[in-house]
Amino acid sequence: MKRIIALALVLLLCVGLFAGCGGSEGKDNEAADIKVGFIFLHDENSTYDLNFMNGAKAACDGLDIPEENRFFRTNVPEGQECYDAACELADAGCSIIFADSFGHEDFMIQAAKEFPDVQFCHSTGTKAHTENLDNYHNAFAAIYQGRYLAGVAAGMKLNEMIDAGEFTADEAKMGYVGAYTYAEVISGLTSFYLGAKSACPSVTMDVTFTGSWYDETAEKEAANKLIEGGCKLISQHADSMGAPTACELAGVPNVSYNGSTQTACPNTFIVSSRIDWAPYYIYAINAVKNGEKIDADWTGTMATKSVVLTDINEQVAAEGTAEAIETAKEELIAGTRHVFDTSTFTVGGEALTSYMADVDTDANYEKDTEVIGDGHFQESKFRSAPYFDLQIDGINFLDTAF
Amino acid sequence: MNKQKTPLMHISKRAALPWYISWGIRAAAIILALIVCAIITTALTGLNPLAVYGTMLEGAFGTPRKLWILGQNIAILLCISLALTPAFRMRFWNIGGEGQVLAGALATAACMILLGEKIPNWLLIIIMVGASIAAGAIWGVIPAIFKAKWNTNETLFTLMMNYVATQLVAFFVIVWEVPKGSGKIGIIHQNSMAGWLPQIGSYKYLLNILIVAVICVLMYFYLNYTKHGYEISVVGESERTARYVGIKTERVIIRTMLLSGALCGVAGLLLVGGTDHTVTTTIAGGRGFTGVMVAWLAKFNPIFMIFASFLLVFLDRGAQEITTIFGLNQSFGDILTGVILFFIIGSEFFISYKLNFRKREKEVQENV
Repeated sequence: MKRIIALALVLLLCVGLFAGCGGSEGKDNEAADIKVGFIFLHDENSTYDLNFMNGAKAACDGLDIPEENRFFRTNVPEGQECYDAACELADAGCSIIFADSFGHEDFMIQAAKEFPDVQFCHSTGTKAHTENLDNYHNAFAAIYQGRYLAGVAAGMKLNEMIDAGEFTADEAKMGYVGAYTYAEVISGLTSFYLGAKSACPSVTMDVTFTGSWYDETAEKEAANKLIEGGCKLISQHADSMGAPTACELAGVPNVSYNGSTQTACPNTFIVSSRIDWAPYYIYAINAVKNGEKIDADWTGTMATKSVVLTDINEQVAAEGTAEAIETAKEELIAGTRHVFDTSTFTVGGEALTSYMADVDTDANYEKDTEVIGDGHFQESKFRSAPYFDLQIDGINFLDTAF
Repeated sequence: MNKQKTPLMHISKRAALPWYISWGIRAAAIILALIVCAIITTALTGLNPLAVYGTMLEGAFGTPRKLWILGQNIAILLCISLALTPAFRMRFWNIGGEGQVLAGALATAACMILLGEKIPNWLLIIIMVGASIAAGAIWGVIPAIFKAKWNTNETLFTLMMNYVATQLVAFFVIVWEVPKGSGKIGIIHQNSMAGWLPQIGSYKYLLNILIVAVICVLMYFYLNYTKHGYEISVVGESERTARYVGIKTERVIIRTMLLSGALCGVAGLLLVGGTDHTVTTTIAGGRGFTGVMVAWLAKFNPIFMIFASFLLVFLDRGAQEITTIFGLNQSFGDILTGVILFFIIGSEFFISYKLNFRKREKEVQENV
């Protein structure tokens, strides 16, 4: 009996090997029928990944890439599975492969070293400018500007509630549910706070961290804790519907992220900022088609339409929000206003005149680059991923040890 | 005349079936499962089920790389299943494989991070091997000592140890995170490769597969042809009998769990040192529990476990492929996997038992 099974297994393996030989043909692709691979951490149930998937679909549709030439790999963990997935996509003939999650970075680099002719693009990563690989690239967007504009909407809402006598100006406290005490999160929450402060100068903010990018229960609990702690408005940087749902249940206004949560939270959703990844995908795929170089660090802006706000929920937002956002937006684009203008915030009671940030990622967190210039903290200038990691006055971190 | 009401059917144990009938039943179960899956596929997605099955095969065997990944995944799952087997033969329900693997993985990563690039690589690897085996063994032996001395419930104890291990890993990930605040370690020594287990030729996963193959053969002999293996079986059958014939059951329990945990530690070593080169709370990926299923499906026979782990890994890889090719949600692949497993496990029932229907009995009576 065992002999028969062994024989069957050997046959099975042989069939597989031959199939393998057949499959590796047709690797050289014409510019016309380029194959594109995408690696996603979760699937469409995560707001974060859904935002990427929508961007990928829009880009492929825009470039007329047929269905059979786009490969979406979902639920790829941040481990060897990512390397395997990237190599399999390269084997399948993809000439450009994108990954969406921060933890995919090192495994994408591994794959990039092995396939020098395939382009590997990693969103939110930090290492492309120091790895010196021609085929490995990072991308991010100046989302701090979007956060700032969403913050303006939050400040306006607080003003409206103060005027309505719901609480005094001194009690204007916002809550923020963050994932990790990581620069990307801190940059986002600080720009959100500064946006709100530009409209409502007395505002303060409590921040709590969940220690996970996606933990619906923890995010919900965190939002509830903040609401109980007296926070009048909540925003979040974590990927589930936990915080928005908690706000809807408690009737507390919410500024969302990654996309509109209006259908689920019609009575509390104000506005959401998000990164539209389609412009980057189109840029990178076109670069491969035309045989051009892709930037090691690509930072999307409002001008490239990478940083966008969703429609404002007129039912919840304060009157005049749209106009205020429009004004701030024009000033940001024109360069007359800066999100991290050092005259608008203090650190430990003092204005910031010099700061060395950890731009080149290393295990010792070495502070290597001076990032203060022209009167503001120059975010996303020295690499695409954010590096603002200061705790400014007015923002209170509740539990950094999660 | 017997007035007692006979039930519509009743179940009785079968005598041992000849091998061709039992394998026939298994084959029938798989065919039935495929038919049911085909109906579900057509009904829910409108796809051609044969194309879906073809894609599943393609996903598992389609390219040499896919074959290697298949082999690697089988090796890790098999390693964990083999580790659990001696405990299960002893009726010690070790469902703490996940935690024991994590303990081994964490120990390996700790050695790589703290000693890497500071001592020669061969020495580092020896230390890693020792540390991972010791960590897994300690994680396994703690519940065993409590069971042996105070007869605590090992199912709950080993399960809880999983959560402790997960939180320990979460804690150290924050300690060693790169960059600061990001909550991930990333590939350790990506450029110097310090502490990476050696690669045989150009085959990344060959070493892991060979190590597990050796473990598999050794485990087969250990369980079937050694005194230890015999003692494990006796303790499993009846602790009292074991004690009566002079087996020191406490010693057997502790020794066996040391072995079980140590092998889980090896799985952690292979994951961190051999392939991933990082540690995360999800690195074991639920395989500590899937291993339980593999061990049961194979009736604790190490050789059959190769097929059982092959089956599970094949289904998993196939499900992933249909998700990618047909743009379906991963849950759909999981549904198909679930149906197939249901039929396969169900077929074991029909091999051990048979159904007797009332109708047949009536006929028997009429004949009388």
